[in-house]
Amino acid sequence: MTKEELKKYLEITFPSNKVEETFDFPVLYADKTELFNIAQKLRDSQETLFNFLFCETAVDRLPNLEVVYHLNSTVHRHDMVLKVVLTDRENPEVPSVYPLWKAADLYENEIYDMFGIRFSNHPNLRRIMLGEEWPGYPLRKDYKDDINIVTL
Amino acid sequence: MENKNTALPNDLTEEFVVNIGPQHPSTHGVLRLQATLDGETIKDILPHLGYIHRGIEKMCESLGYKQFIYLTSRMDYLSAHINNQACSLAIEKGLQIEIPPRAKALRIIMAELQRLTSHELWWGSCAMDLGAVTPFFLAFRDRERILELFEENTGNRLTMNYITPGGVMFDVLPSFVHKLKELLVKVKGYLKEYDTLITGNIIFQHRLKGVGVLPKELAISLGCTGPVARASGVSCDVRKYYPYDGYDKLDFKEVVFDGCDSWSRYLVRMEEIRQSIHIIEQLLDNLPEGEFRAKLKGIVKLPVGEYYQRVETARGELGVYIVSDGGNKPYRLKLRAPNFSNLGAVRPITIGSKIGDLMASMATIDLVIPDIDR
Repeated sequence: MTKEELKKYLEITFPSNKVEETFDFPVLYADKTELFNIAQKLRDSQETLFNFLFCETAVDRLPNLEVVYHLNSTVHRHDMVLKVVLTDRENPEVPSVYPLWKAADLYENEIYDMFGIRFSNHPNLRRIMLGEEWPGYPLRKDYKDDINIVTL
Repeated sequence: MENKNTALPNDLTEEFVVNIGPQHPSTHGVLRLQATLDGETIKDILPHLGYIHRGIEKMCESLGYKQFIYLTSRMDYLSAHINNQACSLAIEKGLQIEIPPRAKALRIIMAELQRLTSHELWWGSCAMDLGAVTPFFLAFRDRERILELFEENTGNRLTMNYITPGGVMFDVLPSFVHKLKELLVKVKGYLKEYDTLITGNIIFQHRLKGVGVLPKELAISLGCTGPVARASGVSCDVRKYYPYDGYDKLDFKEVVFDGCDSWSRYLVRMEEIRQSIHIIEQLLDNLPEGEFRAKLKGIVKLPVGEYYQRVETARGELGVYIVSDGGNKPYRLKLRAPNFSNLGAVRPITIGSKIGDLMASMATIDLVIPDIDR
């Protein structure tokens, strides 16, 4: 499907969810409680077959956190973005998509390390780069580090 | 008195943990693999990262759009040109500017030369990991010729920063085309040498065939890209499916093998070297004349929104995801590194194999650690 067709398809299939578009991809917003079911539907449905999670990351849009899933289908060669908005900054948590895409193992470890977002049902959640003793989550916008960050 | 023999009975073995790395020649950088072994058989592998984490994504948030591309040369330093190209394309996408045809051609030539150097270095180090030292020297000898050309034309050997938003930094020297043509003839000769030395070597083949099997479905699920995925039968060449900078006008084959093992990954890369030469040759005969860079404003500001640009580096799909708030710096910049996803393949393909085969698998997955840590 092209970008426009896919956007229309998403609007029809998920009528209660917000659908937007960025420069490249259509964007579907999901609530964290329904995320796993929607992701599973997108992966298994014959029209979409999103079997390839090529990028998973988070964006700190103060005051909310946003988890962004970039999906691709190696069968239909179309892409889309799935987003979850988290309002709880203190204890953010989303279900892991590791059972659907194994690539999520490393991606989610990195997001946990950099943003402090916990992924429930993740098989081995750890601070993969900075280590458990590092204070704070560096890619958050309110992260302060007077020694290591030198502003120009 | 009862005989208290401390030795374990024959049918009992003890599991033990060995740390491979961070200073191990076959990890090609500071990566630590925590291997749980039962005798010589690998029970589990856990990678530990972060030894060379520099926080490039965080640094990019405090640099302007024209400035941050210099940091990206330091990610996958063997694909520096291609990393720069990815960022430049993402910015050009946001600004909606078209770059001159000469700049496009030069970009592709540089990117393909970079792929050549990267695969040559991989060929040498792969053979060295498996115990053959001579190829390493040959590979460095041949790579040196290309690096000399880079140095002459771009001013740098490893972190070139030659490709910038709008085109390329400066025009190539008048001697460039002539020298490159001579070089390609030499490279073709080198390839014959490589094949007679290593590819046909039966010991080498035995070390790779059937080792580190990565099935197709698993490769897709793990998010593997590049030669690793293409050796498992996944057709995923970004240059074919999402062409950029005029790859769609060029004739080249996407190299896909479906052997799924280390030997297939070896064959994919050797064939890709030939395809790269073929691409460069098409461009050299009619290199467009004219401007080499489009005019950009002093301070670049991208319209509010999100931009995603992917390119094919020597190791797979590099994605640049820019979130812009309309300011002169990216609000968030995510670099989807190919090696980070390919690292995920190490665990499933090595569990159950011998520790000697781990080196063969790691050699053909071809990780560059600064790209994983960023």
